[in-house]
Amino acid sequence: MLHILKARNKMSSEKTEREPLFSLKNRKLITAPLGRDNPITVQVLGICSALAVTAKLEPAFVMAISVMAVMGIGNVVISALRNTIPPRIRIIVQLVVIAALVILVDQVLKAFAYEVSKQLSVFVGLIITNCIIMGRFEAFAMANKVWPSFLDGIGNAWGYGWILIVVAFFRELLGSGTLWGYQVVPNAWYIDNGGFYANNGMMILPPMALITVGVIIWVQRYRTKELIEEN
Amino acid sequence: MFSNRYIFIYSSVMVIIVAAILSSAAMILKPYQERNIAIAKIQGILMAAEIEASTENAESLFDQVILEELVIRQDGKVTGRFSKGQLTDGKDRAFDLNLKTELYNKKQGKPYRVPLYIAEANGGKIYIIPLLGKGLWGPIYGNIALKEDMNTVFGAEFGNDKETPGLGAEISDRAFALQFLDKTIFNETGKFVSITVKKGGVGTMPAADRIHGVDAISGGTITSDAVTKMIDNCLSNYVAYFKSQE
Repeated sequence: MLHILKARNKMSSEKTEREPLFSLKNRKLITAPLGRDNPITVQVLGICSALAVTAKLEPAFVMAISVMAVMGIGNVVISALRNTIPPRIRIIVQLVVIAALVILVDQVLKAFAYEVSKQLSVFVGLIITNCIIMGRFEAFAMANKVWPSFLDGIGNAWGYGWILIVVAFFRELLGSGTLWGYQVVPNAWYIDNGGFYANNGMMILPPMALITVGVIIWVQRYRTKELIEEN
Repeated sequence: MFSNRYIFIYSSVMVIIVAAILSSAAMILKPYQERNIAIAKIQGILMAAEIEASTENAESLFDQVILEELVIRQDGKVTGRFSKGQLTDGKDRAFDLNLKTELYNKKQGKPYRVPLYIAEANGGKIYIIPLLGKGLWGPIYGNIALKEDMNTVFGAEFGNDKETPGLGAEISDRAFALQFLDKTIFNETGKFVSITVKKGGVGTMPAADRIHGVDAISGGTITSDAVTKMIDNCLSNYVAYFKSQE
């Protein structure tokens, strides 16, 4: 425990000189989780909700925004308190912060986006158990200043969110023929109306979310060769 | 290092601050949430009457479609009438009755009242009955509409808060509710038999009972059974009223 603390102190004392808000290092905090360090495709975290809320674009988008709110604010709070949090109860403190923020998000959704909150049902509550969030609190916010922590939170949430949105885009388009609830596949194409096309019902089911995420991982590894493990 | 005293004080202060933030947020947001819940209730009632309403037009559609709201006592007597925006009999509007409290009173053996909505559809009257019950993880609810004969199902709609997604939560699916169309709640001798959500499918029921059954959800047996119980518990309150109307 002591050496962790020492390492932490060393880290914070190293960064005493003032650096610009969007220095190269800070920009990296946002961009790395979008690609090379993506929480879903590289770290394979937060898969449960990625499978569950991506049948339609709208809930996936709201989920991404919710996680971003929880992670951005949470990282800031934890980072601001980092020197006062007793290491022995730090996990409890982190959980309390996450839980409080998630309840707030849930209440706000119930007040202003009731339909979507019903669709997301238990998954808003399950943001609490999203390992990405506690992972960032523990690995980053506990050891870094407020501004970098905020960027790291937003970056990771967006890294999670864009995968969700891409998966939802394909699932809604191929599974329901709609995007954001609007019909995009022309009605005349459907077999019922004398056409040749039918929605792929399997896209609606969770297994296809896993396969879609798998395809994204495949494409990413094809384009970024460093991610491929040796052996 | 931090002392034990510090840790205790730190956690107590943290908990108090978080509690204050959460409770004030809940108080501020309550009116908005209650309005949403009322609109969802209206949408549910209209859905059972096979009318799809959006958040914006739900209230005006409800005023158009619903002819009368009745408050019905446990012995089948009407103790309240509300129609065309006016209370014509009794003290309470049926829409404002808290079904949860009334069903609790029923369980306790105390007097209770239940709401009934009468609407017009396809030239005939339909009777819409709100449902409320206990699912596997939380409340389940719905509405069931009966045709003018007070026996055949005109439409149904179900909802849930916390049932398992993909399993029990499938009761909210339109396909599940559509199974209820044209089922009957009284058998040919006029006895109340309700509608059973049958595990293994309607096909496993005796041929004569199939008109009183629908298929259960695979992997959602407890929720399916809860729906059976909810329908029986809620519809049985109206039997005395229906008999008195014949």
